[in-house]
Parts: sequence; C-alpha cells; structure tokens
Amino acid sequence: MIRIDSVTKRYPDGTVAVDRLSLDIPDRSITVLVGPSGCGKTTTLRMINRMVEPSEGTITLDGVDIMKQPVNTLRRSMGYVIQNAGLFQHRTIVDNIATVPRMLGWGKDKARARARELMERVGLDAALAKRYPYQLSGGQQQRVGVARALAADPPVLLMDEPFSAVDPIVRKGLQDELLWIQAELGKTIVFVTHDIDEAVKLGTMVAVMRTGGHLAQFAPPAELLTDPADAFVEDFLGADRGIRRLSFFPSVGLELLTAPIIAVDATAEQIAARDTTDAPYLLVTDLDGKPLGWAEPGELTAGEIRQDQLLSYGRPFIAGTDSLRAALDCAVLSPTGWAVAVDGEGRAAGVVSQQTIGEAIRGAHAERRADGEAGTKADGKTEKAAR
Amino acid sequence: MSELFDLPSDLQHSYFGLVMLHLREALLPVLFGLLVALPLAQLCVRLRWLYPPVLWVTTVLYAIPSLAFFVILIDYTGLSELTVMIPLAIYSLVVLVPAIVDGVRSVPQETLAAATAMGFGPVRRYVQVQLPIAAPAIIAGLRVASVSSVSLVSVGMLIGNQGALGNLLNSGMIYNQPRLIWLSVVGTAVLAVLVDAALIGVRILLTPWMPRGARKNTRTLAKAAAR
Ligand SMILES: Nc1ncnc2c1ncn2[C@@H]1O[C@H](COP(=O)(O)OP(=O)(O)OP(=O)(O)O)[C@@H](O)[C@H]1O
Ligand SMILES: [Mg+2]
Repeated sequence: MIRIDSVTKRYPDGTVAVDRLSLDIPDRSITVLVGPSGCGKTTTLRMINRMVEPSEGTITLDGVDIMKQPVNTLRRSMGYVIQNAGLFQHRTIVDNIATVPRMLGWGKDKARARARELMERVGLDAALAKRYPYQLSGGQQQRVGVARALAADPPVLLMDEPFSAVDPIVRKGLQDELLWIQAELGKTIVFVTHDIDEAVKLGTMVAVMRTGGHLAQFAPPAELLTDPADAFVEDFLGADRGIRRLSFFPSVGLELLTAPIIAVDATAEQIAARDTTDAPYLLVTDLDGKPLGWAEPGELTAGEIRQDQLLSYGRPFIAGTDSLRAALDCAVLSPTGWAVAVDGEGRAAGVVSQQTIGEAIRGAHAERRADGEAGTKADGKTEKAAR
Repeated sequence: MSELFDLPSDLQHSYFGLVMLHLREALLPVLFGLLVALPLAQLCVRLRWLYPPVLWVTTVLYAIPSLAFFVILIDYTGLSELTVMIPLAIYSLVVLVPAIVDGVRSVPQETLAAATAMGFGPVRRYVQVQLPIAAPAIIAGLRVASVSSVSLVSVGMLIGNQGALGNLLNSGMIYNQPRLIWLSVVGTAVLAVLVDAALIGVRILLTPWMPRGARKNTRTLAKAAAR
C-alpha cells in the first residue's frame, strides 16, 4: 500500500502545490486523483516516485519510507505513463518498450520478446514493432507508453492524464483496455485526470482535489455521486450526476415483460391471444428471437408482418449486465417509451416501460439509503463489477 | 592530363597530398572543437546563466583575425600545422556550442520526464536520450563548422606553406600560373561540398527515426545557430 501522510510540497518560488495531503492508496486497484488545473495532481503523483521531493510529511510504500530507498530502484519499480506518451523518438517501438528491462540487465532478446508480448497485451499490431514513434497515431503511441510502463512488471503504475490528448473514441478504447489490464494483472494504479467522467469510470477510489492542493473528498465513485462532501465537489461533478449515478445501479432486479413479444411468423390466433392490458405495443422478433421493431396489436395481420412498417426500437440493453442508466437510456430513445432487453446473444429477453424503470430507480435509492444508515457504506469494488 | 595536376617542387607535395593535408588541417580542429563543445554545451544547459557569457566569449574569439592568433601562437608552436589548427578549433565553437545547446534543449520535456521516471541517472539520460535526439542539430552545426574550416585553412599559407591547398595561391602568383590558382580555388570548393555531403550521409545513417518533414527544420535551426 502507498500511504501519503500529511505531505506538503512548497516549490522554491513559494507556491504551495500540495497542502497536508493524506491518502491511503489501496493495493491492486485504481485510485484516481481528479481536480481542476493547477490543484497539485501532477505534483502529488511525482512525489510518489520522487521526481518531486516532499517538503514535509512522509510517503511510504508497503511500510517503507520511499526516501530511504535508492531513487532509481524505486522508479524502476513504478511504471510511469504521461500525456503524449513521452516516447523516445530515436528508438523503435520494441526498443522503447524494452527500455526498463534492458536497464535491469535483461539480455536483448529476452527484453524484446517481452516487449512483443506486451504489444499484444495492449492491442498493438506486431507489425508496428520496428517502426519509430513518429510513424504511429496518437492512440497507438499512448498504447506504447502503457506497454513501456508495464515492461518490467512493476507492482505500481503512475499515470498522469495519459489519455487526455486522444479523441473520445480512442480514449474510450484505452480506458476499457486499462480496466481489462487492471483486472488481469492486478496493478496498483494511481491515475491523474481532470475529467470527472474518466475518474468515475476508472476509479475504485476517487480523490477530488481543490486548488491549493487540498483534498476535498476521497471516496468510491458511487458515494461521490450520492454524497458530495461539499458544494465544490458537487459543482465539480457537474449537473447530471443523478443520471450518471444510475451507472452504479444494476438492472438485475428489473421486472421484464415477455408477454408483448411475438415472432414475425405468428399466426392470427397467437396475435389475438396477446394480452395487451400491460403494454400498448407488441415487439416483433425474427425467427431467432432477435428484435425487429414495435407494432400496434391492431395493425398486425398474420403472415403479412412487414419489417419496414415496424417502429424502431432504438437500442437494446443487456439484461442483468447493463446498469439502470443504460436501461433508462434505451427507454428514452425508444419511440414507444419501452426499452428492449436482450440476452448476451442479442435475443429479446423482455421489454420494460419507463415507468417500471422509474420505480426500480426509486427502489434502488431507498435501498442505498437504508444501507447507508445501517453503516455499510456502498463498496466501490462490487458495484463496479455490476456495470 | 597529369600535367594539369603537376605542382612546383617547392610545395613538397603532390596535389593529392595537399588535398589530404587540407582535409586534416580543416577537420581535426572541428573534431577537437566538438570534444570541447560537448561538455561546455552541457554545462550551459545545466546552468542557464552560463550560456550568455559563453556565447559572448565564443563570438569575441571568432572576431579575432587568424593572423592575430598566428602572431601569438608562433612563439609557442612555431610555423607548424598546429598554429593553423588551434584558431580553427576555436572558431568552430561559435557554431558548435549553440548547435548542441539548442539541440539538447529541443528534447521534449515529456521525453525527459519519462526517462527520469524510468530511472535514468543524469549521465545515462544525457548520453542515451538527449545526445541522440540532439544529433541532427549537432550534425547540422558540424556541417557549417566543417565547411567554413575547409575554406579557412588556406590562410595558413601566411605562415610558411601551412595552408595546404591555400599554398597554391601563393605559388600561382609567384610563378604567374593561373592554373595553380584554379586548382586551389576549385579544389577547396569541391572539398567543402564533399565534406558537407559526407556529413549529410552520416546524419541520414544516424537518424532513421526522423520524419521527413522535420529534416528541413534542423537545417534552419543550424542556420540560426550559425548566425
Ligand atoms: N516546478 C515548479 N515550480 C513552481 N511552481 C510549480 C512547479 N510545478 C508546479 N508548480 C505549481 O504548483 C501548482 C500545482 O501544479 P501541478 O502541476 O501539480 O498541477 P496539476 O493539478 O497537475 O495541474 P494540471 O491539471 O494543469 O496538470 C500549480 O500552481 C503550479 O503552478
Ligand atoms: Mg498535471
């Protein structure tokens, strides 16, 4: 565990970048430092690998004061990833990735083999190995940066706004990849960002910092969205935190109706037999059970159901796996106001109305409140798994 | 044909011999200048306040005519090649120091931070990261220094036939043979072009990692450094 204990950083010009900050960074999880520009995130991160030395306070790694360890040994035990990757422009991609293993005395072949293995892990085509950084896209360079940091298999990864210079689609890919790598390798990751959405998405724990290097709140993302510590945090979270919080509510308990689902080859009797008291529309599926679109029961004639006359169903959500936020989004997008749930294979699993989702949200809130009062604060890790 | 390159015997060299002598007298000082400039430039990068005075001193030294250097040096090194090469080495600093400083400073902050974070000590970082990335700028500086050195060697004729191809100018006047003067001028120019081309070749070999567009930029950088 990395323990930051009332650490202050005063730069020679008198700027107090970090002010009596205390943080316990749990092992094998992602801790995100988030806050407005200039609030001391980079300074905090760089104190962990001693690129910046604290003016006061101590930082310990597994109980040992980092100031008591040889500085380069400490640094080689921590991968470091930065914005724009900071690749060595004069070295090929494999050699960039192999840098730390080579410094640790590995043979050239072993280090390169390791580098190629990591390229695969971070989703880089092996054909890029012999290229130079200028021949890669920004997103690819960032992946190389992650691979380089992982090369010597350090227990700790420090990441300073690693994905902020790439476009949103690439960024989402990189974020998903990071979550996957984290689940696979169980690294202790300290991640700096100024993007609260990124913090909520990636963080097991999120530390919100405010200008002057003060810690405003340190909590799992769900708790942050539910219970912002003060007006600053609330403001920083943005206007739609209520909606975003729904990401943490699983759709498992949602009551799905299967009665309004009908296959495209249904007979007149089957259509007539459908109970339409609960749902004003029927969801027509193909022969595999995959949704095609909505229709009003009265308009359906057996044997003559035409796909182009059906109402679009928007976008389905995956029953049980997706959150209530996804379910609500689907219901809002659907012209009928009903969301379509599918199973892992894309077959219709049921339909649910905005109303039912609304009730589920109220229920989930009530449950959370009861949990909170019982003293068992929502646990970030288990909730993350539900998303 | 061979008569074209026949030289008066008092020059004590064949034409080819003079060419080799010229190359040595021109390039050894640049090499030596580089050896001095590398640590000096690194000092200037580390201690920012040192750079302006160093630049100032190299500029002042550059402004001293070579003849003045000869007068001082003859007492110590006599009428030797060394007397010619010492001022040339000093002159090369005016190009090489800023070229190296600019080159090393052009290494992106992120790259330096990444190197430090990976556990590079200052020396390793300088040798393995900063110098290689500064190589294009350094070589651009070497090109300017070498070419000017090739043209400057000729003044060595003033101290008794130490000007290599420059000596031909003197002989040409004494024997009234324009051919010798042409041999000197054209020979020096061709040599300068060849040395420049060779350095471009070295640069291309050393920097397969440079994007094509950026190559032009280092040339403008070197020109700025040369000024
Ligand atoms: N080397 C330095 N000397 C003096 N002041 C510094 C130095 N580095 C940072 N600061 C100051 O310390 C404060 C915190 O800087 P820091 O880089 O840690 O912020 P940050 O949270 O990472 O900001 P950003 O999101 O813009 O990257 C800022 O006010 C900055 O101006
Ligand atoms: Mg920063």
